[in-house]
Amino acid sequence: MSVTREEVAKIASLARIKMGDEELDRMVPELNNILDWVEQLGEVDTSGVEPMTAVIPNSLRLRDDVVDAIPETSGGRREDVLANAPAAEHGFFGVPKVIE
Amino acid sequence: MTDFTNLGVKEIRDGVAGGDFTAREVAESFNAAVAAAAELNAFIVTTPDHALAAADATDAKRAKGEDLGKMGGVPIGMKDLFATKGVQTTAASHILEGFKPEYESTVSQKLWDAGAGMLGKLNLDQFAMGSSNETSYFGNVNSPWKKDGTNAAMSPGGSSGGSSSAVAARIAPAATGTDTGGSIRQPAAFTGICGIKPTYGRCSRWGVVAFASSLDQAGPMARSVEDCAIMLEAMAGFDPKDATSLQMDVPDWETALSSDLKGKKVGIPKEYRMEGTDQAILDSWEQGKAMLRDAGAEIVDVSLPHTKYALPAYYIIAPAEASSNLARYDGVRYGLRVLPEGAGLQDMYAATRAAGFGDEVKRRVLIGTYVLSAGFYDAYYTQAQKIRTLVAQDFEKAFATCDVILAPTTPTASFPLGSLNEDPLTMYLNDVFAVPASLAGLPAMSVPAMVNSDGLPLGLQLVGKPFDEQGVLNAGLAIQQRAGFDAQPEKWW
Repeated sequence: MSVTREEVAKIASLARIKMGDEELDRMVPELNNILDWVEQLGEVDTSGVEPMTAVIPNSLRLRDDVVDAIPETSGGRREDVLANAPAAEHGFFGVPKVIE
Repeated sequence: MTDFTNLGVKEIRDGVAGGDFTAREVAESFNAAVAAAAELNAFIVTTPDHALAAADATDAKRAKGEDLGKMGGVPIGMKDLFATKGVQTTAASHILEGFKPEYESTVSQKLWDAGAGMLGKLNLDQFAMGSSNETSYFGNVNSPWKKDGTNAAMSPGGSSGGSSSAVAARIAPAATGTDTGGSIRQPAAFTGICGIKPTYGRCSRWGVVAFASSLDQAGPMARSVEDCAIMLEAMAGFDPKDATSLQMDVPDWETALSSDLKGKKVGIPKEYRMEGTDQAILDSWEQGKAMLRDAGAEIVDVSLPHTKYALPAYYIIAPAEASSNLARYDGVRYGLRVLPEGAGLQDMYAATRAAGFGDEVKRRVLIGTYVLSAGFYDAYYTQAQKIRTLVAQDFEKAFATCDVILAPTTPTASFPLGSLNEDPLTMYLNDVFAVPASLAGLPAMSVPAMVNSDGLPLGLQLVGKPFDEQGVLNAGLAIQQRAGFDAQPEKWW
């Protein structure tokens, strides 16, 4: 399977990466090389094989059902959360106008 | 000032604890070595004050007769993929330039709690995507090694190339690394040092910039197997903040080190005899077998039939996870924002990511987006995950007849920077021997074996059963003792 220039442009748009003509020209053969190469995986008979979900058997834990069970990942840290925002305003993340 | 830069982790820890020298003397010595090695470009930022403060704390503890910790007085390099509170953390990307986390990663916090100090944040391939350290926004890292008779800048390997370069150049006694598909083992092999990737889940991923979460594992890089054992003990351990963290005690790997392999079986996977592998690498593999036999082990043949499919499966799974993980870089919450005149939200996302990601990162995000997209998901992603199951089952079967597997770490020695840039695929092939163990989540280590006819180091890889870091370390120690690898790069920086 190979991708066309238009398909790469579409993927880039889905991935929210702006790409100019020159960059697209460069990217198309590179991606096709990689896709041609991974094509060999089709040779392997995987009927009856379960896709891997966890590499080391490990059951998902539940944390204690209390507020702020893990302080570092809990609430009340607005200033920390906003500290690296490029445009924090009034205690919120600032973004360009979303609604026309 | 006495030069302490030839000392490793154990020697520094024991010397400080025994009062032979102070932690401050050691930190000053390494800080000076780091400052004098700017040409290696191993560090993105240096933090001499952090190293000194940690050293002073250790010296003060010693004066009071308190326990100095597993890494007491040892200054280390921290790969710039670990979030460090108040210290720029970039993943070697433009999009995170200037990002100063408000929190500390679990692994780095554990190291500071164990008495280590930080010399600085080490350069790497951007978002850990690369095998040569040529994708960093902050410039290539140079290996301290040169090919005999040439002056070409050589690759320190990747993605933990700042770590490998710094440790090999003796400007740090040890450094953290992360391994997604060989990023600890391949750079260790290229620079003549040791590095171990533990079982998936041993080290917490909390605060480690995510690349491919089902594969990412942190581990130590140092100049001896003993130093790796010590540092891994300090890094590992259960962390409730990482959903995939193993709820297991950390063994006392250092104390249990033993190079007596009597009764152990070492598997030699026949599928690793691949076309395109250097003869010197095959020779070093033979030597490795002889060394382990000499240590008392029995050498047995094993088969890992899906080996050739591991790498292409990896190049679907890792980019798929990366495309999802890197969606967080949006110019809103942290990092770079590019807002063209009159642009809306969607245009801002696209412009920010276009300016903030390097070529290799974009390539992988696009591949990942494609293989996860409707209509292609089953053909690519599901098939790759099924092959991942088969690769893991291969190892499971092999470990029914052996205790540890011996293989080369890489198909070639280090190469000159810029020599493999033409085609991304050629670069990917460098990780052909490293990726299978990553897909299976197994502990794996590289130890230096010899130098080739160009004077460049070659590494041997040991892969163990899940949770059997001890078996890997012990076999590594047996090789270390017999290989007597003492080559050092000649100082040119």
